Amino acid sequence: MSALQAWLDQPSVTIMLIGALVGIAASLLGAFLVLRRESMLSDAISHSVLLGIVVVYLLTGTVDTPLQVVGAALAGLVTVWATDLLVRSRRVKQDAAIGLVFPALFAVAVLLINLYARDVHLDTDAVLLGEIAFAWLDVVSLGQLEVARSLLTMLVITAVNLAFVVLLYKELKLATFDPGLATALGKRPTLVGYALLGLVSVTAVGAFDAVGAILFVAFVIVPPTTAYLLTDRLWRMLAYGCVVAVGSSLAGYALARAYDVSVGGSMASATGAFLLLALLFGRHGLIARALGRRAPRAPQAADGSVVAEVSLAGPAEHGRGS
Amino acid sequence: MGEEVERALSTAQGVHEPSLALHVEDLTASYASGAVLWDVDMNVPPGVLAAIVGPNGAGKSTLLKCVIGALRPAAGHVYVFGRPYRQQRHRVAYVPQRTSVDWDFPTTALDVVTMGLYGRLGWLRRPGKREDDEAHEALAMVGMDAFAERQISQLSGGQQQRVFLARALVQDADLYLMDEPFAGVDATTERAIVDLFKDLRRRGKTVVAVHHDLQTVATYFDWLALLNVRLIAQGPVREVYTAEHLRAAYGPRVVLLEQTAEA
Repeated sequence: MSALQAWLDQPSVTIMLIGALVGIAASLLGAFLVLRRESMLSDAISHSVLLGIVVVYLLTGTVDTPLQVVGAALAGLVTVWATDLLVRSRRVKQDAAIGLVFPALFAVAVLLINLYARDVHLDTDAVLLGEIAFAWLDVVSLGQLEVARSLLTMLVITAVNLAFVVLLYKELKLATFDPGLATALGKRPTLVGYALLGLVSVTAVGAFDAVGAILFVAFVIVPPTTAYLLTDRLWRMLAYGCVVAVGSSLAGYALARAYDVSVGGSMASATGAFLLLALLFGRHGLIARALGRRAPRAPQAADGSVVAEVSLAGPAEHGRGS
Repeated sequence: MGEEVERALSTAQGVHEPSLALHVEDLTASYASGAVLWDVDMNVPPGVLAAIVGPNGAGKSTLLKCVIGALRPAAGHVYVFGRPYRQQRHRVAYVPQRTSVDWDFPTTALDVVTMGLYGRLGWLRRPGKREDDEAHEALAMVGMDAFAERQISQLSGGQQQRVFLARALVQDADLYLMDEPFAGVDATTERAIVDLFKDLRRRGKTVVAVHHDLQTVATYFDWLALLNVRLIAQGPVREVYTAEHLRAAYGPRVVLLEQTAEA
C-alpha cells in the first residue's frame, strides 16, 4: 500500500495518469462521434457545460458536488437538443447550428459568473486551458490512500465510459452505422445518441479541471481519427484510439519536461504527431493510397468486382430479366 | 382457445385487419417543408411482391419510415399483420436505401449481416457462433459468402446491396420492407434480387419495395401501389399498371415511359 502511495505521490505519475485517463475516456466516446460526423459537438459541449456548472452553483452554492456533473450533463444535452432543433428547421446547416448554440450558452455562463459569482473559484481561463501540471496538489483520501481529486474523478468516469462502450457496443455500432435499421429493430438510436453525448458532457466536466476544454477536444477527436486510418474494424479503432491517447499523454509529458512548456499543450501536440504518422504511413494513409493506385486490389478495380461476381454467379446474364 | 374467445381478445388488444400483411390507414405525414403524404390508405395482402411506385418526392420512402416508426405521422395508423408495428418487429425486416449509410464504416460484410439479428439478441447480449453461422448462411443465399470478411467499402454497389439483402434474410421475417433495392445495382445483382423475391413469395413471405423503374415493375412485382403524396391506385399489378393511373401519378410526361415499357 505504501509503495503505491509513494508512486502516486510523484507529481509526474499523477499528471501522466490523469492525462492517460482523460485520453481513454474521451477517445472511447470520440470514436463514435467521429464516425457519426458529430465530432465538433464535443467542442460545443466542452464549452456549454460551464453553464450547467454555474447554474448548479447559483442554485446550491457549491462547485464540488455530483450535482455539478448532473447540471453539466444537462447543459451538454441542451446544446445537442438545441442544435438538433435548428437543423431540423431546415433553415440552418449543422455546422452553423453548433456554432450558434454553444457560444450563446457559454456567453450566458460567463455573464452569470460576472453578475452573481465573482467571488467563487470559476476561472474562465482555466475552462479553456486547465492546469494539469497542478492537478496533484488537490488530493482526497480514499481509504488509506491519498489520491489527486482529478485522478479519482477521471478513474470513475473512465470506468463508466468503458462499461458503456463494452455493454452497449452493438447498439452503439448499429445506431452509428444504420440508424434506420436501429429504429426498425427497436434499438432506440436517438436515445443511444443522447446517452453517448450525455457521457461526453460528463467526461468534459471531469476533464475540465485537469486538462481544459481544448485538450479534451483534442483527445475526443484526434486519437480516434488516427485509429481510423490504421484499421477497418471498429473494436480495433477503439483499442488503437486508447493506445494513441495514452501514448500522447506519456510523450506529451516527457516533451513538456524536456522543453519546459505547457503539459496540456504538448499532450495535444503529441496526438497531432501520431495523427501525422498515421496519415502518412497508416493502412489507409496517403502513402498506402498512392501505392494502391498504382497496383489496385482486385475488388477495388474498375472491372475487378464484375469478374468476381461473374465467377460466383456462373455465366453472366446481362440485360434485364424479362 | 375457442375462436370466439380469440376474436374477443383480438378486438380487446386492438387488432386491425389481421388478414393483411400491411394496413395503412389515413396516413398523413409532413416534414418542415410541407406535406409528404396526404391521407393514404394502403393495403397489402400477405404473400405478394408489392411495389410502391411514384415520382420523386411522392413520399415513398417516407411511407416506409412511418411504418417502422422512424417518422411520426401527423395522423393515421399503421398495422402489420393486424397489430401495431411495435408488437410485430420480429416479423418485419427493413432494408434502408443503400446510400443512406456510410460504407467507409470500419466493419465487414459478415458483421453488417449480423446486425439483422441485434433485435433478437436484445440489449447487452453479444452475437456468438450461432449468429455467425446464420449470417454466413444468409450471405451464401445472395452469393456473397466469399466476401464475408471483406471491409464493406471494398464491395461494389451491387455487392453492398446484396449484403443488405442478406441482412434482411437473416431476420427470417414475414414482411420485407425495402427502400429502392434495385437502385444502382449491376445486372447480376438485379437477377439475384428477382430470384430472391420469387423464393420469398414461394415461402409465403410478403415484400413491399419502393421501386423507381416503371419498365420493370410489371415483370418483377405482382402488386402495385401508385403514390404521389396521395395514393393514386393500388391492387394487382395488371389492374393498376394502366396508362390512366400512371398519368394520374406522373403527369402527361409518362406517355413516353409507358411506350418504352410496352416496346
